Amino acid sequence: MTVDTQSVSVITGNRAAAEAARLARVDVVAAYPITPQSPVVETLSKYIETGVLDAEFITVESEHSAMGVCIGAATSGSRVFTASSANGLAYMCEQLSWAAGSRLPIVMGCANRAMSAPWSVLNDQQDAMSQRDQGWIQLYCRNNQEILDTFLQGFRIAEQVKLPVMVCYDGFILSHTVMPVDIPEQEQVDAYLPPYSVHTILDPEEPRNVNPVTLANPRLNGDGVLCHGYMEFRYLMEQAHKEALDMIVVADEEFEACFGRRWGGLLWSYQLEDAEVVLLAAGSLAGEATISADMLRSEGIRAGVLGLRAYRPFPAAAVADALKEAGLVVVFDKSLSYGYDGPIRRDVQAALFEHRVMPEVHGYIAGLGGRDIKARELVDAARDSITWAEQGKGPKPTDWINLQL
Amino acid sequence: MTVNKTLGRPESLCDVPTLYCGGCGHGVAHRLTAEAIDHFGLRGSAVGIAPAGCSVLLYKYFDIDTIESAHGRALAVGTGMKRANPDLFVLTYQGDGDLASIGMCETIHTANRGESITAVFINNAVYGMTGGQMAPTTLPGQRTTTTPAGRDIAREGAPIKMAEMMAGFDGVAYSERVALYDPRQIRRARKAVFKAFEAQITNSGLGFVEILAPCVTNLKMTPDKAQQWVIDELCATFPLGVYKDRLPTENQATTPAAATQTATAECGSVTHAD
Ligand SMILES: Cc1ncc(C[n+]2csc(CCOP(=O)(O)OP(=O)(O)O)c2C)c(N)n1
Ligand code: SF4
Ligand SMILES: [Mg+2]
Repeated sequence: MTVDTQSVSVITGNRAAAEAARLARVDVVAAYPITPQSPVVETLSKYIETGVLDAEFITVESEHSAMGVCIGAATSGSRVFTASSANGLAYMCEQLSWAAGSRLPIVMGCANRAMSAPWSVLNDQQDAMSQRDQGWIQLYCRNNQEILDTFLQGFRIAEQVKLPVMVCYDGFILSHTVMPVDIPEQEQVDAYLPPYSVHTILDPEEPRNVNPVTLANPRLNGDGVLCHGYMEFRYLMEQAHKEALDMIVVADEEFEACFGRRWGGLLWSYQLEDAEVVLLAAGSLAGEATISADMLRSEGIRAGVLGLRAYRPFPAAAVADALKEAGLVVVFDKSLSYGYDGPIRRDVQAALFEHRVMPEVHGYIAGLGGRDIKARELVDAARDSITWAEQGKGPKPTDWINLQL
Repeated sequence: MTVNKTLGRPESLCDVPTLYCGGCGHGVAHRLTAEAIDHFGLRGSAVGIAPAGCSVLLYKYFDIDTIESAHGRALAVGTGMKRANPDLFVLTYQGDGDLASIGMCETIHTANRGESITAVFINNAVYGMTGGQMAPTTLPGQRTTTTPAGRDIAREGAPIKMAEMMAGFDGVAYSERVALYDPRQIRRARKAVFKAFEAQITNSGLGFVEILAPCVTNLKMTPDKAQQWVIDELCATFPLGVYKDRLPTENQATTPAAATQTATAECGSVTHAD
């Protein structure tokens, strides 16, 4: 990777998100403040007021309205951006489904934060995971450069497959931590991300209704045209997610051609080639796991890391392929699907089973509500799992790292 | 005795230093609310409902049962609490983001249903907790972190006047706007809080009090400058006064401020809606 050090700034993850929205030349930003996301839209409001970015900024009264504004603007052909976290994202829930069902290429940031109750402003990934099934593409970032780059890729992906994209990055750990980030030139970004070619069926010459009431079965409309039923719309949305599996890779490859760096597409790996034990996670925790892998290797354990970048669509085949030589996979989740352990762990297990790749898979819950999690603790968990597997004890119940009951 | 009563700590206020910034209005507003709880003997029956906002921590300061609610939902939670337990005294305490922005829908409909709840509303013209972003109550031209060049009415609308608006609902029994910038105003504010309590005690409808208070930190002003800003700017846009008082007259004798029916305008004009 070659980086022109002239363009490197030391900035927070939130600032990286805002820079990406600026470089993407978004037309409309609508947001309601929430920690740890607020600095993203504060920065954008400053850019808009000072003319750095030619866009409308709407200070709405809630996240539900923020996404409503995004839907209105995107339906009529604007490139739109918003960001939220935790309860704000949850309050958008109904609108998230509207955005995806309307096939709008909205891009939003989620600075991941724990859900209440009880209140916490600190990091885990429960907020985004809870919105997993709304039809949005979800991409997770491991550092601030990846945040900036993933937002740019997000617009490229969203506008190609006509699905909204949520770029997730860990609150405080990334949102408020400064790192060197190469902020590309506008011309470079313009070359990568062409102006938004309006995707709308609105036409004053031929008035029509967007998102009409849809019946169970296809039906003729007033003009005698056979229209989709509800299931057909949903099927097409699922197809778009399948298409996104390719597009996420393509967007990353094209990105490399323009900017000289790429992030792995659907997933990335570290020391995976000969790894017997693979640590798997999404976001900054996966980044931290690379240190743990080094520590394990220094003890003579052949460890590697698989980092999930795309969580929806879920790259099942790519995960299975990456893990086909692994003997033990240790998955770390920063959220829960209550009643069925960590969602990433369960999805990984299902993918492996489907592809007849059969390493032992253990799950750990870590870092909920900002509970500190150190590389050393991931190492301890991996060692526990290795011992368990060596003793042939069979399925291992999910463990909670650093639980203090 | 009188001296003790004035200077002592209300029993329903905990003996702990608050985490609010020096010069913040929340501390005084807490004290006045606690005095009302003591005065009406409600310590055993009062439930406080906390908002998302700087006063999310009010459970640390009030020695009564408290529950946290989602941002903007205090009055909905309060409705459930009161309807299911009419003997409880239900007290909500919310900022302008919580009550007048994200929670506006709940606010209006709780008022319209005339729920027997006491709602204390702190208008500090910004979202204090999240870093001073524009609130619906932000003044025209006021610089905030989301309106760096100042609020533009043409784009962001005009400040929403909650005390006036609430007075318009038949379900609201009492609505007053007060400030805290000098001892006289604080005494008036105390009376207003007591009246808003009485509305619930007499089952007359919703009791609402809007307290103008500075968020010194986000105004980036010293406490004295911030108080002057309240007098010069905030009160000019949000006139102090009683906007609705349909409390039963026979009960007025029970309030500590029986003589005061209306606040006199210290600045701006007073509107009497009733
Ligand atoms: C659904 C949701 N959106 C956003 C937030 C973030 N948030 C917490 S407090 C707050 C605003 C608080 O402002 P205000 O009600 O005026 O209280 P103050 O701190 O000024 O007293 C916001 C936006 C949240 N907790 N939940
Ligand atoms: S930020 Fe503002 S509202 Fe919050 S405690 Fe400080 S002065 Fe009070
Ligand atoms: Mg406020």
